[in-house]
Amino acid sequence: MNLPDFLSYTSDHEWVRLDDEGHNVTIGITDFAQSELGDIVFVELEPVGDMFEQGEAFGVVEAVKAVSDLFMPVSGTIVEHNEMLENQPELVNVEPYSDGWMIKVALKDTSELDDLMSAEEYAAMVS
Amino acid sequence: MLKKTQLYDRHLSLGAHMSAFAGFDMPVRYQGIRAEHMAVREAAGLFDVSHMGQIFVMGDEAGALVQHLVTNDVSKLKDGQALYTLMCNHDGGILDDLLVYRLRDYAYMLVVNAANTKEDLAWMQANNEREAMLHDTSEHIALLALQGPRSLDIMARLTDIPVHDIPPYHFVRPAPGAFFGCEKAIVARTGYTGEIGLEIYVEREAAGRLWDAIMQVRTPLGLLPAGLGARDTLRLEAGYCLYGNEIDQNTHPFEARLGWITKLNKGPFIGRDALHAIEQQPRDRLLCGLIMNGRGIPRRSCRVFDTAGKPLGHVTSGTHSPVLRKGIALAYIERRDGLTRPGAQVMVDVRGRAHPATVARPPLHKQPKVQ
Repeated sequence: MNLPDFLSYTSDHEWVRLDDEGHNVTIGITDFAQSELGDIVFVELEPVGDMFEQGEAFGVVEAVKAVSDLFMPVSGTIVEHNEMLENQPELVNVEPYSDGWMIKVALKDTSELDDLMSAEEYAAMVS
Repeated sequence: MLKKTQLYDRHLSLGAHMSAFAGFDMPVRYQGIRAEHMAVREAAGLFDVSHMGQIFVMGDEAGALVQHLVTNDVSKLKDGQALYTLMCNHDGGILDDLLVYRLRDYAYMLVVNAANTKEDLAWMQANNEREAMLHDTSEHIALLALQGPRSLDIMARLTDIPVHDIPPYHFVRPAPGAFFGCEKAIVARTGYTGEIGLEIYVEREAAGRLWDAIMQVRTPLGLLPAGLGARDTLRLEAGYCLYGNEIDQNTHPFEARLGWITKLNKGPFIGRDALHAIEQQPRDRLLCGLIMNGRGIPRRSCRVFDTAGKPLGHVTSGTHSPVLRKGIALAYIERRDGLTRPGAQVMVDVRGRAHPATVARPPLHKQPKVQ
């Protein structure tokens, strides 16, 4: 299983990357999640500018046979969507940790990052 | 404890995603539903559908019993022919959909849904006043479906059986030992994908040999092993009913557009009187194909409305069509204002949002070009 150790993870199978300035995070779903879902055909995201609490749904990912909600790993405001997913949702399958990212979020409370799992902890959870 | 087919280890070594289906641990997908689906539409796919049930009806009364149990006219079958039919209860509700293969005038094979096999057999026994012999042979028979435009070419490379000469809904029974060492086999031009293809019934022990032989020629011919996921998207594009979704004991054949396999004039059979009465009544609702106009993937139980927001019905099966790259569905729609006709505009509620859709006649992946 591909699990970069510079990312943080949630029990809902999202990954989180803190940007260099420490204000925003990039969020996507894990390799395990995309593999469980199968061919992803549609990623529906809540609008840029909307604010969500940790654990609230920020969108839905649809595979051919399955639908899954996407949950905020941390509280914050959506500041950017991955526009490429509009026409190439399969990027989530192919490159879940790079081109397949989903949203960028302006953090409300950086201490929530402490709630997230390390690659090692996440690996133990899904194994 | 889930049952395993003879090919279980092969599925695992191919990296299949396995899932419980009708009491079996079955492959849902290997590479991915889309790739497997397109392989079947454009080249070929190989499915292990050994979970399906086989019930043999034998003896002098076999034909009369089958004719009494099912809605289609089995008396028209000759040796080596198959037909698609329904088995209904006395109220005309659908107990199962099945294929009937006539081996001899005293031997028929009924291929039923895995989840229904036990109930079907009990129903058949309860209505077996003629005392035909009934055998559930499901555990001893493996079933491989080789489907797609190249399926016959693939099989022709592997056997001397003239597979290209078998007409649709016909089958051949190779001589003992002449087909992958099988004592008994049935090679039938039947399927559930909307493509040409074969369904091959062999004794359980021979399934591995047959699977391996077909897989060996897969690369030059573009064949992929395909799971139940692709089987479902393929049948849904083709507009075929799935028992438990489109049809069940609370639906009747006419609203499911299965009147063509319901032969009210063939003579007495279980459910005929009720079905005759239903047939005389105007239909309240009809099973329709839907193609989403834009985004949104309809799923089972999604509600359907007219464009004014009045309820029309519900989705029985929905998915993303790999061919159309759009959401598609089968749905029961109230028969009013021409809304069950191809081209009619309706709305589907997908997770609280209304998405426009167009009523379409299956096969949904082959729509006539509109000028």
